[in-house]
Amino acid sequence: MTGRRHSFPEIPTLLVALLLAGPVLAGLAGTVLPAFGYLPVLGYDRISLEPFRELLAAPGLARSALLSFGTGLVASLLSLAIVLVFAAGWAGTATFQRLSRFLSPLLSVPHAAAAIGLAFLIAPSGFLVRALSPWATGWTRPPDLLILNDPLGLSLTFGLVAKEVPFLFLMTLAALSRPHIRDFYRAGASLGYGRMATFFKIVLPQIYPLIRLPVLAVIAYATSVVDVAVILGPTTPAPLAPRLVGWMSDPDLSRRLTASAGALLQLGVTSAALLVYLILERLALSGLRGRLASGHRHRHDGAARHAGLALMVAVITVMMLSLLLLGLWSMARSWWFPALLPQRWDLMRLADTFTMGAPALWATLALAVTTAGLATALTLWLLDARSHNNRPSGRRLKALVFLPLLLPQIGFLFGLQMLFLLAGMSGSFPAVLLAQLVFVFPYAVLSLSDSWARLDPRYTKAAASIGASRARIFWQVRLPLLLRPVLTTLAVAAAVSVGQYLPTLMIGAGRIVTVTTESVALASGGNRPVAALYALLQLLIPLTGFVLAALIPAVLYRNRAAMRLERG
Amino acid sequence: MTRRFAATLGLLGTLLLPLPGTAQETDPATSQEWQSVLEEARGQTVYFHAWGGEPRINAYIGWAAREVERDFGVRVIHVKVSDTATVVSQVLAEKSVGKASGGAVDLIWINGENFAAMKEQGLLAEQGWAETLPNWRYVDVENKPTVSVDFTVPTDGQESPWGMAKLVFMYDSARLDTPPATLQALLDHAKAHPGRFSYPQPPNFYGTTFLKQVLVSTVEDKAALSRPVDDADFEALTAPLFAYLDDLHGSLWRQGEAFPQNASHMRQLLADGELDIAFSFNPGDAAGAIANGELPPSVRTFVLDGGTIGNTHFVAIPFNSSNKAGAKVFADFLLTPMAQTRKQDPEIWGDPTVLNVAALPANEKALFEALDLGPATLSPEDLGPVLPEPHPSWVAALEDAWLQRYGAE
Repeated sequence: MTGRRHSFPEIPTLLVALLLAGPVLAGLAGTVLPAFGYLPVLGYDRISLEPFRELLAAPGLARSALLSFGTGLVASLLSLAIVLVFAAGWAGTATFQRLSRFLSPLLSVPHAAAAIGLAFLIAPSGFLVRALSPWATGWTRPPDLLILNDPLGLSLTFGLVAKEVPFLFLMTLAALSRPHIRDFYRAGASLGYGRMATFFKIVLPQIYPLIRLPVLAVIAYATSVVDVAVILGPTTPAPLAPRLVGWMSDPDLSRRLTASAGALLQLGVTSAALLVYLILERLALSGLRGRLASGHRHRHDGAARHAGLALMVAVITVMMLSLLLLGLWSMARSWWFPALLPQRWDLMRLADTFTMGAPALWATLALAVTTAGLATALTLWLLDARSHNNRPSGRRLKALVFLPLLLPQIGFLFGLQMLFLLAGMSGSFPAVLLAQLVFVFPYAVLSLSDSWARLDPRYTKAAASIGASRARIFWQVRLPLLLRPVLTTLAVAAAVSVGQYLPTLMIGAGRIVTVTTESVALASGGNRPVAALYALLQLLIPLTGFVLAALIPAVLYRNRAAMRLERG
Repeated sequence: MTRRFAATLGLLGTLLLPLPGTAQETDPATSQEWQSVLEEARGQTVYFHAWGGEPRINAYIGWAAREVERDFGVRVIHVKVSDTATVVSQVLAEKSVGKASGGAVDLIWINGENFAAMKEQGLLAEQGWAETLPNWRYVDVENKPTVSVDFTVPTDGQESPWGMAKLVFMYDSARLDTPPATLQALLDHAKAHPGRFSYPQPPNFYGTTFLKQVLVSTVEDKAALSRPVDDADFEALTAPLFAYLDDLHGSLWRQGEAFPQNASHMRQLLADGELDIAFSFNPGDAAGAIANGELPPSVRTFVLDGGTIGNTHFVAIPFNSSNKAGAKVFADFLLTPMAQTRKQDPEIWGDPTVLNVAALPANEKALFEALDLGPATLSPEDLGPVLPEPHPSWVAALEDAWLQRYGAE
């Protein structure tokens, strides 16, 4: 390829920069300025370090920061380990295929809903204790055991693992769907390597670059998660992110300054976790390099394989049980300890919610489809233009794209809200669309850019050599080859769009009602059946998306053996 | 000299007050001013931002919206929020960019600290509008002082009362014979049955209310609580409160290492038998929850001797609403005896009225008398005296002190 280097950036780069720069800068200003004591509307018009002093004086702050760091990092590492060990032992087998079928429903459960289901499963008055009481335990009343909200954050870590494993599994699955992976397995087997050894020594080095960004996103998410932490996490003190939200919504408006300073601390905590991960990655690489080439075949890996399977099955079982319990709750009227099943049912509510929730469902769908479509199209355009001009990565652009994921939303959104108000757009559909795009776009880039970069360049070279135009190469070569990752990206982007609560509420000014704004408002009352019902409503759109993303390639590629997913 | 001047002013004031008889003759609902408000309101759309966590309340708001649309041509849209703070944020952001009209919020469900903050920051519509509503005449200003003084802050007519709140406790009569009648008895019960009592974790509103309940009941100088906390000797005044909480802490649910998140979580824990006692700010809550299947039918309500904390919740109009007339029409509708009776029905919501029922015209009075509050709701006479809320500045101080002691171990 001729190195046509322009000194000017491409149109899509400019477009993305323009689209994101305003919101990101406004969001950043909305966080940084108050953190340094500048919030003129409340009468704070001098730069000072007072908010940081206030922040540091908050009791238990160090512990909160440590909890966010620890639970987030440990949960991410555990999730990655479970996914890799399982994939190593079972990729390409019928078991692998069978378990990957559970992915779509698991990925579609909103985080908070999964946490509610899990909490009900493991609480002292929850399903597991009920299943054993009173016949085995003798408990006629729930025991006073500290399982949820434990001070070390164990149940929070567990909840995060249960929710992150499916996401990393999906990303690994997409990475494994590249051509030639099967050849690596054959090569490994013919050289006498065990299945796991083949994966770790030959396949993983090939696919790891594809799952690296998703892992980093999981760390960023897990260290700053709010909803799951509120339900499962410790509260005396709570991790940093929920405390920030508490300060931000304190009726004493001056606490917003403390919250903004806290948001910068949160950024520090997340960055520290990412940094630690990168250091671990490097250590693992240098430590493993010798072993990778040692020539050990590790043929007896049965125990490790089954351990991987057991862990994965455990995670899937827990999640499916939680989901099932959520389904039961949505139809329950009364369901008290120690009843194993609801004592009274209420199907009217189910019917009512679906009729009343229909307009919200349509609005959510419209937003999800447009946002996901735009985010994916923009990502493809950007990637195509950049690879055409031979500049695959732009650090500054990446920083701009990923900043909204790294900064706590609530402070960020206050700046964003002011920007939209100034533009006179607040409360309109396009405004909400744009605001969601700021948070959805990074995920589209995340899930698509590596698949794009790893596409064998010989295909496009071959097409170009027979005179195909750039557009034709894109539509007839690249896009069909990338169909699976593109559809996955669309589904992920749609799921992220559906999950947006604060951006929709704050930029939509209450004019745009989605199933998520409805369900979070209703869940704030703590009524389990209602919360469960809306969680199911929230699950509909992502579930449809993931199912379609899995079905469409299967149908389109039914006659193309090489494009099918790995099979043993 | 000054004293005599003041006395003269007072006398003048009495003379200027309209005679009770004349007020009855001219119906404020037919006054020229109100007619023009009604005219202006017709065709307006009011965005009512209100907490949306309780389906029963949402259904009530939906009903009220349909009524005013039919009768006055005002469209009311309930914007369900999870936290009033996001609404305050919205108005604050609008003020920050100088948006003085056409604000997104036309009416907010509010009280206490959030009201005090919005009032102080100038985020509310002009003073006095609430008192111009025709149904204001039925509001029980005399016997329910909190309808015009919100957490010791005068409302100045910047918010219109909607309902009364009073701290009540709930227990399951199938598990507990006699509920404790005093704070000391509550402490003894907790000690005798460790792990079966708790309170929502402050700064949750209900948890803070429990702290205030103990504070108001144990403090020596009650008058100090109605002044800003900065003027008081916080340490000395709260010493009995924290002595009580210290004593209680070891016997709490989960040994005080975790707390219920909010009132409905506590209600759920009561239903499951994790807790012996839960509490609510709505005396009709237990009855409503029983009707809804959320609590067993054996649940009953009780209050503590000497009274419990009570307050009023309101609706307020932000400074930059462009549908103020419509918002006023809706606020007035919420005050009608018909809307207030319906609200008090435990099957519907169970929220006590702000009106002076005894002073209502016979027909309207009959509506209230026909209400069946059910066995789980205490009658107004049994609800006991209302203890006043401390000044709003005490809330943050109490929450900080609590966090310092129990929130970060």
